[in-house]
Amino acid sequence: MAQYQNLFTTVQPVGPLHDGVALPRGDDQRSGTPFLFHLLGRLGNAQIGPIYLGSLGVASLLFGTFAFNIIGFNMLASVDWNPIQLVRQLFWLALEPPPPQYGLSIPPLAQGGWWLVTGFMLTVSILLWWARTYRRARQLGLGTHVAWAFAAAIWLYLVCGFFRPIMMGSWSEAVPFGIFPHLDWVSAISLRHGNLFYNPFHALSIVFLYGSVLLFAMHGATILAVSRFGGEREIEQIVDRGTASERAALFWRWTMGFNATMESIHRWAWWFAVLCPLVGGIGILLTGPVVDNWYLWSVKHHVVPAYPQIMPAVLDPALLGVKP
Amino acid sequence: MRLIMRTLGVASLTLVLTVLAGCERPPIETVQTGFRGTAMVQVYNPRTLAKQAPLNAAPAVPEAASADGPKAKDIYKNVKVLGDLSVAQFTRHMLSITQWVAPEAGCAYCHNLENLADDSKYTKVVARRMIEMTQRINSDWKQHVAQTGVTCYTCHRGNNIPQQVWYAPKDRKYANSLLGDLAGQNQPARSVGLTSLPFDPFTPFLLNAADIRVNGNEAMAMKGTAANRHSTKQAEHTYGLMVHMSESLGVNCTYCHNTRNFQAWDESRPQRVTSWYGIRMARELNNDYLKPLTEAFPRNRLGPQGDVAKVNCTTCHQGAYKPLYGAPMAKDFPELQALAAK
Repeated sequence: MAQYQNLFTTVQPVGPLHDGVALPRGDDQRSGTPFLFHLLGRLGNAQIGPIYLGSLGVASLLFGTFAFNIIGFNMLASVDWNPIQLVRQLFWLALEPPPPQYGLSIPPLAQGGWWLVTGFMLTVSILLWWARTYRRARQLGLGTHVAWAFAAAIWLYLVCGFFRPIMMGSWSEAVPFGIFPHLDWVSAISLRHGNLFYNPFHALSIVFLYGSVLLFAMHGATILAVSRFGGEREIEQIVDRGTASERAALFWRWTMGFNATMESIHRWAWWFAVLCPLVGGIGILLTGPVVDNWYLWSVKHHVVPAYPQIMPAVLDPALLGVKP
Repeated sequence: MRLIMRTLGVASLTLVLTVLAGCERPPIETVQTGFRGTAMVQVYNPRTLAKQAPLNAAPAVPEAASADGPKAKDIYKNVKVLGDLSVAQFTRHMLSITQWVAPEAGCAYCHNLENLADDSKYTKVVARRMIEMTQRINSDWKQHVAQTGVTCYTCHRGNNIPQQVWYAPKDRKYANSLLGDLAGQNQPARSVGLTSLPFDPFTPFLLNAADIRVNGNEAMAMKGTAANRHSTKQAEHTYGLMVHMSESLGVNCTYCHNTRNFQAWDESRPQRVTSWYGIRMARELNNDYLKPLTEAFPRNRLGPQGDVAKVNCTTCHQGAYKPLYGAPMAKDFPELQALAAK
């Protein structure tokens, strides 16, 4: 009897390797001969390949490679073409959007032009990859849930780098391509707009983010816990519950009085994950174009608690007309 | 199988230790400075403080000299500042300044020993202007230095040139190339606490007077002239300056601000007012005292862009919330308190 109290997957059933269902006419051939990789089988499925690239995949990789290289070579140039410094400073380096004075015009290549080119390439690459997930799902006869979940993430990406900068009238508002620099952008946009924590859509987004994590943990734990009763056959158990489902449901009813079903838990998970970037994107789109200062907005709507004054009163020296 | 598990175990342990190596070793002590639940605390590590304390200790003060007797300006030639001191006081001051600024080179660092009145050494010209600067700070910038005041030692600490000064940063080698624009940021810069924030927050704010305040006073986005046009990039510059101040003073953001709302003065601590004056003081010192000395310095004393060494918060503070932990050194040097009669 298989045990599931492990960090890694212990059961690796091995059958004859296969390419999968036949592809319809007009599709490319899959590339690569499938093989087994034991260590990866401890995390996922041990069978690697074949992979389907197709025209959308090839085009997406092409644009993605352009974007990756433009970013990389700009970073390399920014450390005076020193490969060691590229590695050492990699987390600090970035390709910055143009400075504010260019607004929405096309800046010189050296001053944010590369950023615009990269943004275009990366966006095209991502959208092509989205189309690929949609088309591959359809070819396999699947629903398009994955594609729409991916679209939610693309929405947030486009809000930060495209829609909001356009509404603000300046490419400079967009996110730089870099590890720490894009995090600094996150802090800066929050500081500039009076603390993003007072943005209710930001709050909702956090709810769905942490909620996703919680649901993932609850669901994963539940299924592992009832797998000794065959609980991993979730899809069949939607209509034919069986003892694993019954016990899982009973556990949650006992502990919190309410339980999901084998079907609904997956809808919960999907919606929580999708709503996280969806509402987050709405929050970012409002930040600047509609609301300038979220703290003051929250004061206006009476959601900011007042604290007792325990320090001496402080006055803005600029208001005193001080000219030292 | 066993070998694989063991290898994985060792690998993950190494990874955890590597990540933890970037952390500061406890203990961490917190001091509450505001209402409970607002996270208004200062965070200290006693080991760091113990290391820093001796670096910020004030030197022994020589005994006060008698004010009697003839004045320095009547005895010596070419005394333009401090001339109203008695000869004994003047000598005490010269000995102190030697200890503070040139303990190794001695008098000859500034003076032509053949003729002490000679102005041929640039160091003497600069020192005279620096004495005037110190007097200006102590008499007119009390909002920042209070009664504690400053002396030459506050910045110099026994060095010819204070260790913490700033110059306009050097351009990268291929600054004019088509690729690799830095946009003034994205390098691990000490000036901004090794973040990737704009690495020169000093030129815009401590030399020029660019807007530090990027927040608006309206909740909603306004139109036309009422609109708050400050960009996210400007916010990054302000952020850079604030990180510099925090690093200089060895304090958190909450030393001055209530971080739920950085802009509000009524939720800030009084320290914020002190540092507001500090920013203006540094700006004035750079523009009125240091920049005009550019011509006086030899080329090797200037920065990579040919600009003079300038002050920022670290120049005096050097990691302490008050320079020398607030040792009231200036009271023993009244000649540095008042502007000398011209």
